[in-house]
Amino acid sequence: MGRYFFRRVVQTIPLMLIISILVFLFIHMIPGDPARTLAGKDAEVSEVEAIREELGLNDNIFVQYFKYMGRIFKGDFGQSYKSGIPTTQLIGQRMQNTIKLVLSAMLWAPLLGILLGVISAVNRGRFLDHLLMFIAILGLSAPGFWLGLMGIQIFAVQLGYLPVSGLNGWKGLILPSFVMGIGCMAEMARYARSSMLDVMREDYVRTARAKGQVERKVIFFHAFRNALIQIVTILGLQIGGLLSGSVLTETVFSIPGIGRLLVDSIFFRDYPVIQALLMLFAFQYVVINLIVDVLYGFINPKIRLE
Amino acid sequence: MQQAKLLEVKNLRTEFPYDKNKTVPAVHHISFSMEEGEILGLVGESGCGKSVTALSVMGLIANSNGIITDGEIYFKGQNLLTMNKKQRRLIRGGAMSMIFQEPMSSLNPAMRIDKQIMEAIQLHTDLDKDQARALARKLLVMVGIPDPDRVLKNYPHQLSGGMSQRVMIALAMSCQPELLIADEPTTALDVTIQAQILELLREIQKEKNTGILLITHDLGVVAEMCDRVIVMYAGEIVEVAVCKELFQSPRHPYTQGLIASVPKLGSGRTSLPWIPGSVPDLLSMPKACRFAPRCPYATDKCRTEKPDLLEKAPGHEARCWFSESQQPVEE
Repeated sequence: MGRYFFRRVVQTIPLMLIISILVFLFIHMIPGDPARTLAGKDAEVSEVEAIREELGLNDNIFVQYFKYMGRIFKGDFGQSYKSGIPTTQLIGQRMQNTIKLVLSAMLWAPLLGILLGVISAVNRGRFLDHLLMFIAILGLSAPGFWLGLMGIQIFAVQLGYLPVSGLNGWKGLILPSFVMGIGCMAEMARYARSSMLDVMREDYVRTARAKGQVERKVIFFHAFRNALIQIVTILGLQIGGLLSGSVLTETVFSIPGIGRLLVDSIFFRDYPVIQALLMLFAFQYVVINLIVDVLYGFINPKIRLE
Repeated sequence: MQQAKLLEVKNLRTEFPYDKNKTVPAVHHISFSMEEGEILGLVGESGCGKSVTALSVMGLIANSNGIITDGEIYFKGQNLLTMNKKQRRLIRGGAMSMIFQEPMSSLNPAMRIDKQIMEAIQLHTDLDKDQARALARKLLVMVGIPDPDRVLKNYPHQLSGGMSQRVMIALAMSCQPELLIADEPTTALDVTIQAQILELLREIQKEKNTGILLITHDLGVVAEMCDRVIVMYAGEIVEVAVCKELFQSPRHPYTQGLIASVPKLGSGRTSLPWIPGSVPDLLSMPKACRFAPRCPYATDKCRTEKPDLLEKAPGHEARCWFSESQQPVEE
């Protein structure tokens, strides 16, 4: 188990390096010139050129990359072109809102999804199963921004129960959390259902019944425990997807989080901020998947005892 | 009053839903009984209804979508089919237990062996954890596991197939069942391990006087183990006899074909005799004798009238119009 964990941690290093290269290249492929944006429409060519020089944008892209990475290893993610504030500080200010949002979805969506999936599997072919899977497909196929807008229209504008935008108090969290979590919940429900159905056909589930075990415990201790091994593998992807989902949710609900920050930075070609944010998104994906892998090792004795 | 038989199956019919309002019978009105401590073989090729019969007796057929539509199953005089769920559950794993074909996949991969055996023990006895663990250890010793303490702590993936089947047997024997249903217990194992497992089952039967319903397609296993044998074909019983008699003078052409197709060492033959044709589709079963399309002796009568399972000699029943007059198979 210790070796397994160590290996997984070491594997993340080259992965993060590759991600940094890709992110860097892609950002510089976005058409548009940050120096031009910064200098303003009416600025002279020489002014723009001066800014380009100052920001180091005239260097060869490889040189730029190595300079950038060199600074990162010293903990310096650069300053925002737009505001001049250090990127880390900028992200730090916005982070709190996003974390609140992600946590609010993370707390219910995967768990509820798994629960619904299991209920669906146990009642396979019955009305409840069809109903739950219908809801799951709706949740998967309805676009988040549409659900968000409909939610605002109904609960905020017409009924007035919830605020239209922002993150004020727990009431402000309800709609964004719902919009963020619904896709994750639906995906987990579908996956949990199919995993449970797989597992319930297994011989050891029949053995448990042959022991005379109560059906409820057969489902929980024998079937579900093993289904969980499969379910956990996609949990990482789903939770990782939540943070990226914040881009959309924060935009729809005008929440000042890092998702909004990313959108704004892209409009402004604010390279250091975009770069740092994308690296952060990638990093959290990697970390969450690392946690999930460790969790996976923990519930799967074949790996734990390796 | 006559003592109740260990197991008595009367007129059992088990069907599977095929489409909306159609079902196919996998087991077609079969009746048989078992005495205490008897080893009864249930033989036939794949799909003849052996396992369906076993699961029907165990009360697990509903979990495979099967429905018992007719008949009665008595276990020591109690009708299992009229019991409520709880009574049925308490018999399952207690007085009646079962081992399966694939030992490796029959144990829960996420649970240690001790927990799996203790679970069975604690479901049917009042023993506390420590007592149950001690009993589990004792059971592992009984089934011939050399280092029980290690195996108790193991997960199934750390055990070999033979070891897993021993564990399964220990698990099945944990509450001293009077009936052990063994569904192809050695099919998935190496030949040498097969012999050991069969030996173990025989020892258990001798020591504890456990009745064993041994399901197999392997006539070698039958010859070695069983007191009596039931031969099934296409969901019906075609022959019942004492083991020795079945091999010496099989009455049903199907049984004769089965016995003839067992390879014999030193017989000098280069090809095996076989039974032509294949098992009829459950959806288009012959109306009369089900074996008639494949039978070398079949006449018009066999194709139009259904033979009953009748006693042809003391304790020897066969479902065939001609089984008295037939010649034994030539060597």
